[in-house]
Amino acid sequence: MRALRVLLRKEFLQIFRNPALVRMLFLIPVVQLLVLSNAATFEVKRARMYVVDQDRSTVSRGVSDRLAASGRFVPAGASGSVAAGQEALMRRNVELIVVIPSGFERDVVRTRRAAIQLLLNAEDGATAGVTAAYAREILARYARELPGVSARAPAPARIEVRTRGWYNAELDYRHYMVPGILVQLVTIVGTLLTAMNIVREKEAGTLDQLNVTPVSRGTFIAAKLLPLWTIALAVLGIGLTVAHLVFGVPMRGSLPLIFLAAGLYLVAALGIGLWISSVTETQQQAMFVNFSILMVYLLMSGLFTPVSAMPEWAQRVAEFNPMMHFITLMRNVMLKGAGLADVARQLLILGAAGAVVLTVAVRQYHKRAG
Amino acid sequence: MNAIMVRELTRRFGRFTAVDAISVDVAAGEVFGFLGANGAGKTTAIKMLIGLLAPSSGSARVAGYDVLTQSDAVRRNIGYMSQRFSLYDDLSTRENISLYGGIYGLRDAEIRTRGDELLRHLGMEPIADALVGTLPLGWKQKLAFSVALLHRPAVVFLDEPTGGVDPVTRRQFWEMIYAAAARGTTVFVTTHYMDEAEYCDRLSIMVDGRIAAMGTPAALKAEFGVASIDEVFVRLARPATAAAGG
Repeated sequence: MRALRVLLRKEFLQIFRNPALVRMLFLIPVVQLLVLSNAATFEVKRARMYVVDQDRSTVSRGVSDRLAASGRFVPAGASGSVAAGQEALMRRNVELIVVIPSGFERDVVRTRRAAIQLLLNAEDGATAGVTAAYAREILARYARELPGVSARAPAPARIEVRTRGWYNAELDYRHYMVPGILVQLVTIVGTLLTAMNIVREKEAGTLDQLNVTPVSRGTFIAAKLLPLWTIALAVLGIGLTVAHLVFGVPMRGSLPLIFLAAGLYLVAALGIGLWISSVTETQQQAMFVNFSILMVYLLMSGLFTPVSAMPEWAQRVAEFNPMMHFITLMRNVMLKGAGLADVARQLLILGAAGAVVLTVAVRQYHKRAG
Repeated sequence: MNAIMVRELTRRFGRFTAVDAISVDVAAGEVFGFLGANGAGKTTAIKMLIGLLAPSSGSARVAGYDVLTQSDAVRRNIGYMSQRFSLYDDLSTRENISLYGGIYGLRDAEIRTRGDELLRHLGMEPIADALVGTLPLGWKQKLAFSVALLHRPAVVFLDEPTGGVDPVTRRQFWEMIYAAAARGTTVFVTTHYMDEAEYCDRLSIMVDGRIAAMGTPAALKAEFGVASIDEVFVRLARPATAAAGG
């Protein structure tokens, strides 16, 4: 215990004596949130639309008016011909075509159901998906307001474009991105700092010096990981504060629950850093291995591309990615207000991932080379 | 009982044998010089003795404990100073002393008295709170040696402790080594300076992983019929260097 105490003191002294590191730790959350949440967004600001209204009815005109009134769609052409619309789409004059078939109003009035076709420029699949989701959302709302033909049939009408994004009612994409970016942030801080910190001691020769002392492997690892674990949680705290104050991202769930999950998740993140440090000899190597791992880790996490859009095998692989589960948990707790029971599965997975990764990493670390 | 007993100690890396069945005995309180050209296997041998590297075969006891099976007991009873300066540059002198004192389980009061004594002895009291990284190399090395002795180990291993320091500081360093030996500490030291080799009670010269010669400086000079250890070294090391193509 005494050795652990003096080693912890050493680690904290060294960390806070490194002004570049301290600045980085406090600036990274701010910069990443500001830059990434604005840049790495699929939000569709003003999609130009071409309206092919083959129905020319009050209801069909309402559809194009509603879309335009949302401010997310700008009318950029209209005719009765789909072909003319497609040409505009191909020339990139518009991003989408809204085709309202003839008989649309009649269907709405008689059967309370009608279909609309959206033709999208899907070169950027994610953007197209978001565009479609916005249209669905707007049309669903419109449909609910349509009056029925008779007072005996007051069932709300449905326009056949189903909608998603219930939990982002403000349609602010940053609210969706920020929790994921916070996860990525603590991952980088935790993994990279751990690996670099230990490898730096390897390079300086001080690790050999420590390995010659009676300090046990467990004490050494605890003294290395505890300070970085604490710091990563502090960085998360800063990130959450910035997210709330600057972006107005809601915190509908419990803050202690977020930190509980982060604490568990960080065991895995730091464990990966520890493992990297034991298989590399220099800081460059550690950096390289780190980014190779993080890259895959990030891409398979659902931060930038939804996991549900991945092929079957990739979805199965992603199940083993603790980062994906932590991102899901963060979004659920922050945006939907999910409670302990709702995210119990993610918590269990995070705990298990931490236990497995740490065990592997500790076994990999030896005081004496084989 | 001997402080260090090495029997047929061997370390292979793949097909290359870095240390080839060496056997050495060092008596308690002795200053033992462990010489050899670069790449002769000195550092590999030391790493096995201090528990940083597992031997391929053979055995070694240090301070009465088996390095393979009782490595923790060995670690409690040895001090080590590597050729790479091994204190923390971003901690002060006093913080380094407290760290290593605490690691070896010294009580706070002990750390304070031994630390004060060490600083007074080195004349470093006025700069005890300066970061070690700001000190001149000679001071750092004397400090590193003193810190390696802080827990009063039975055996201290010094791997090229005087590399890159001026002759005056080297002289002072050797006075510290003698003082430690006089207190009963066994000193196992490697060096490239042949004048330093003459200061040792006994020494061995490693060539290509084997111990090519061992004895007191006087005995070795007599055996080879030369006037200095430098000449002994060159006679032993040169055939190896020539064979290696350099």
